[in-house]
Amino acid sequence: MWNPRPVGTDTKGNMSSTDWVETLDLGEIAEMPAAGSDALTLVDGSRVAVIGGGPAGSIFSYFLLEMATRVGLELNVDIIEPRDFERPAPIGCNMCGGIISESLVQNLATEGINLPGKVVQRGIDSYMLHMDVGSVRIATPLQEMRIGAVTRGPGPRDVKEMKWESFDHHLLKRSIEAGAKVVQGRVDHVDWTDGRPQVRTKGNLPETYDLVAVAMGVNSPGLKLFETLGLGYERPSSTKTLIREYYLGEEVINRTLGSSMHVFLLDIPRLEFAAIIPKGDYVSMCLLGEDIDNALVEEFVNTPEVQGCMPPEWKADARSCQCMPRIAVQGVKKPFADRVVFIGDCGVTRLYKDGIGAAYRTSKAAARTAVFEGISEEAFRQGYLPACRTIANDNLIGKVTFLATRVIQKTRFARRAVLRMTKKEQQKEGHRRRMSSVLWDMFSGSAPYKDIFLRTLHPAFLGGLSWSLLTSVIPASKKKKTEGAKK
Amino acid sequence: MSGGALGKVYQDGEIIVRQGDHGESMFVIQAGQVEVVAEREGEETLLRVAQAGELLGEMAIFEKQPRSATLRALGEAKVLTIDKKNFMRRINEDPTIAFRILETMSHRVRELSNEIVRLKAEK
Ligand SMILES: Cc1cc2nc3c(=O)[nH]c(=O)nc-3n(C[C@H](O)[C@H](O)[C@H](O)COP(=O)(O)OP(=O)(O)OC[C@H]3O[C@@H](n4cnc5c(N)ncnc54)[C@H](O)[C@@H]3O)c2cc1C
Repeated sequence: MWNPRPVGTDTKGNMSSTDWVETLDLGEIAEMPAAGSDALTLVDGSRVAVIGGGPAGSIFSYFLLEMATRVGLELNVDIIEPRDFERPAPIGCNMCGGIISESLVQNLATEGINLPGKVVQRGIDSYMLHMDVGSVRIATPLQEMRIGAVTRGPGPRDVKEMKWESFDHHLLKRSIEAGAKVVQGRVDHVDWTDGRPQVRTKGNLPETYDLVAVAMGVNSPGLKLFETLGLGYERPSSTKTLIREYYLGEEVINRTLGSSMHVFLLDIPRLEFAAIIPKGDYVSMCLLGEDIDNALVEEFVNTPEVQGCMPPEWKADARSCQCMPRIAVQGVKKPFADRVVFIGDCGVTRLYKDGIGAAYRTSKAAARTAVFEGISEEAFRQGYLPACRTIANDNLIGKVTFLATRVIQKTRFARRAVLRMTKKEQQKEGHRRRMSSVLWDMFSGSAPYKDIFLRTLHPAFLGGLSWSLLTSVIPASKKKKTEGAKK
Repeated sequence: MSGGALGKVYQDGEIIVRQGDHGESMFVIQAGQVEVVAEREGEETLLRVAQAGELLGEMAIFEKQPRSATLRALGEAKVLTIDKKNFMRRINEDPTIAFRILETMSHRVRELSNEIVRLKAEK
């Protein structure tokens, strides 16, 4: 029996205020099933446990049941989820910026999952890039709302009117319609019995399943249950972020932030990336960086760039809520074993962008494998691992592109060059907008990092950038000279 | 208008794509209705009226042929464009994304077969 100090308690065992307090009890680990067995397939009546009803869990369940129906297979799927996505405040929210990328919007629509107006609080048709050297609006060439701004819960603690449906609730509903059953509760114990996984939801008796899909994200201490099971699983490395929600009201948002996502490339130490995303009545502020703390947030909110895009009456400390969730930065090497598969954030996700899009891709690949290829470690290696590898390999290129962004963030003349080139492109109709499309895809996460990187190697892009860099450096050095001459 | 917040709004009678155009995208209706119209020697034939949630213009994604029909908003409609590049990238990674398109196409073949039978019976 293994009984660690519950996460979220201090050394004396006192509970902290975190939502995530839970007592982990792993019990005796029984015999593991043999790897690669041919018998490891789903059959009529097979039981599947999906731990976590966030995007990964719901999408997995939906496609598992949809594909099983196509091949005439009857499955019993239980989604185990402690949150209630119909309740405002942290109990109903899976903490995120809420941007549904262009590619995910399109993929879901092609799959028949259209996001209704009650879920998409605002269609986003442009990005506003703010730097100390100026701001530029990058619009979609089609003048179309191609990105969705949603919230993961129905609203923050102080929500005035429950106008919107949570994105996670919408997806969960779709999986229930497809035949999944939701068990409200938190999994606190996992074991093996007769070569099958056994899952216990807090306060209930353990249940035996044929397959367990783990979709717990990276913000749950419950992942420990699997780290000590002997599957070779280690949770992804992650870093702390910050999200704040502000109430501004729909009319004020329309007038100020509009239908643009506001992205900030500011030379603030420890700040990697910041965005302000307009929703229905609220705006979300997301900060990514090193050791995010109040001092960093204060510095950011007081910059003229932030003050300039928020309404004049806005007060940075008048927030509706704040959370500091972790974001995965390095995926898991082997997100599967016999009868167990790790999907979404707790498996492999995209670096910094389009995490929900990655959850859709990994969850569907896992569901497809389970239905068509089996549930053995070998089946997941063949059918599931390639989808994870594609994302993980692309993240390596992503790291290089983010490094380049960091250089721009730190170098004033580079920022000026980016601004100049983008502004010029946005003013000209009918021309290839090379810098704009690179920035658009970097911010929106709509294209693989490899695609973006290759586009930056195009001679026309390099030529345009070199020219802009040159024209950004020359005036500065000329100015210095004249200043020097005056002295 | 009610319905999705995504896509582009087309006013009543506004053309989404025209027959004969080169196509690099397909469409999913987010709200409202869209007429599918074939034009021949200056005459229009209404093929059908597509509803919210329907996929349209998928033939242009698979064939290098000009659009076979005009898509026109019937009343105000909201339509989302699906890029060929994004779709092809995804189909390469996950061919099952085409299940629904195959379903749509087979449904249309069935409708057309019924139409031929009906026309032959009328003769
Ligand atoms: C600051 C920030 C901003 C982001 N912005 C965006 C964005 O704009 N767009 C985007 O696409 N992605 C964004 N992401 C990433 C996105 O949030 C994740 O990629 C996405 O939520 C992953 O989905 P998931 O289902 O894997 O995990 P989660 O959404 O974390 O869901 C995990 C689920 O598991 C449940 N769970 C946990 N423990 C247990 C247990 N013991 N038993 C049962 N259930 C349990 C939880 O309650 C939760 O519902 C952002 C992330 C951060 C941190």
